[in-house]
Amino acid sequence: MKTSRPARWSLRVVALGYLIALLGTPVVLILWRTFEPGLGTFLASVKTPAAISALNLSLLIVAIVVPLNVIFGVVTALALVRGRFRGRGLLQAVVDLPFAVSPVVVGVSLILLWGAGGWFGALDRAGFKVIFGLPGMVLATLFVTLPFVVREVEPVLHEIGTDQEQAAATLGANGWQTFWRITLPALRWGLTYGVVLTVARALGEFGAVIMVSSGFAGVSQTLTLLVHARYVDDQNTYGAYAAATLLMGLAVLTLLLMSVLNRKRRTT
Amino acid sequence: MTATASAGLAGGTHVSPAEPRPGPDSLVPHHAPPAQRPSRGRPYATGLVTLWLSVVVLLPLAALAVTSTEDGWGGFWSALTAPSALAALRVTVLVSAVVALLNAVMGTLIAWVLVRDDFPGKGLVNVLIDLPFALPTIVASIVLLSLYGPDSPIHVHFNATRYGLVVALAFVTLPFVVRSVQPVLIEADKEVEEAAASLGAGGVTIFRRVILPTLAPAMISGTGLAFARAIGEFGSVVLIGGNIPRHTQVASQYIQQQIEIDQPVNAAVISVALLVIAFATLFLLRIASSRSLRRETAS
Repeated sequence: MKTSRPARWSLRVVALGYLIALLGTPVVLILWRTFEPGLGTFLASVKTPAAISALNLSLLIVAIVVPLNVIFGVVTALALVRGRFRGRGLLQAVVDLPFAVSPVVVGVSLILLWGAGGWFGALDRAGFKVIFGLPGMVLATLFVTLPFVVREVEPVLHEIGTDQEQAAATLGANGWQTFWRITLPALRWGLTYGVVLTVARALGEFGAVIMVSSGFAGVSQTLTLLVHARYVDDQNTYGAYAAATLLMGLAVLTLLLMSVLNRKRRTT
Repeated sequence: MTATASAGLAGGTHVSPAEPRPGPDSLVPHHAPPAQRPSRGRPYATGLVTLWLSVVVLLPLAALAVTSTEDGWGGFWSALTAPSALAALRVTVLVSAVVALLNAVMGTLIAWVLVRDDFPGKGLVNVLIDLPFALPTIVASIVLLSLYGPDSPIHVHFNATRYGLVVALAFVTLPFVVRSVQPVLIEADKEVEEAAASLGAGGVTIFRRVILPTLAPAMISGTGLAFARAIGEFGSVVLIGGNIPRHTQVASQYIQQQIEIDQPVNAAVISVALLVIAFATLFLLRIASSRSLRRETAS
């Protein structure tokens, strides 16, 4: 459409104005408020014992969730693409389910299953704390990150088909050899992409985790819980800004990684 | 970056009409793969997958559903219709609808400017659109509070108001409409618009009669996904919303409160209500998208 000059200009001004008010200014402002007192202040704020332990806990959760998602994600994708069984459509729907569930609802569901009064409450009463412990936070993160690896690996499996695998089998490779030498290398970029999404979401998850965490500083606080606790409980606004900036840095890193991986995927 | 992939980052659901590959959502009909070698059958793999999905996803949701009816249907009904519960649901749906409409208009406008306009820094703006999906929701909350909260340098105080809710939800749902309209606009046939213009149609007429019908399916799907995401949102509204019962308390905050005061059945009932609203939205979207697909193939 040939838009007149003034019309084009006003559309541009409205669109950019909206983005600046909603996105640009708040982000710049928080960066300015974080770094205005100097880099030293920022570093001191993100190196307090509570912050270090929050970072460690977040990384620990990532370290548990990622391998589980990789193994079960690839197996699930294989079953969904290659398997011919009743209820495959149902499994497809279940894999997508976490995207439609509110994080708080995830937390409530886990409490009702694993909590002291829940279906598996006997475990809790026997002293194995799931809710208000690390297993609860891991389960919450697993729930919300479950679809990523499956959904990134699945299209690649569709695309590569089974010709190469069959060729390898004809040449005498056994199932494991075929998987390690043919299937897995073909999946690598899709898998990496899925892992990046999983890591980003695991580090950033808040609603599901706060429901199942006891939230003690230095014990059961993840990075996102730290941001919340500093702002609400400690009235430490600067500390919240600094921790939020740290998380924002990780998010931007994810964005960059994703665009690099996307280019790689398209060329290989 | 594909919107489909990033949508899930923040827990959203996404359907991208311009994307042929099966995206991470149940809305896109999953195309059956071309008939490959009949599987030799790996029953243990299928069993393993079923077990995994059950433990991680299905059992918790089953516990939720069963708990919600623990006090019978009467109990379910009275928990659902408790005044503060109804108020929370009403605020949630109302604010989410406003945000979804805001997204429909502004998202389409932004997509238009990104595709048809040219200005220095456009590439950067294009990348920034995805930021809300990559940013943890609690960070979104803090970021918005720094401008619209108590320390606002421009003296705009949205904290503990419904405007605060709108701003927070508009922030986290920004990419949905932009990213679903953008590819359609890129593919759209400019010649039809030019033909309309040469026949004397004005800008508004062309937009209404030519562009809008092309974009409508993408706009509807983006708007619906933004709505589905908004009703369950927690992290981004938890700080700026203020959690004032019957005013700015959204359903997710009400659920959290019920857990804190040890009323798990109430929490489960409202959780089920939220799930039903989300599923109904996604179901309607699926019907709409398959209908527009059919119309496309018919014409």
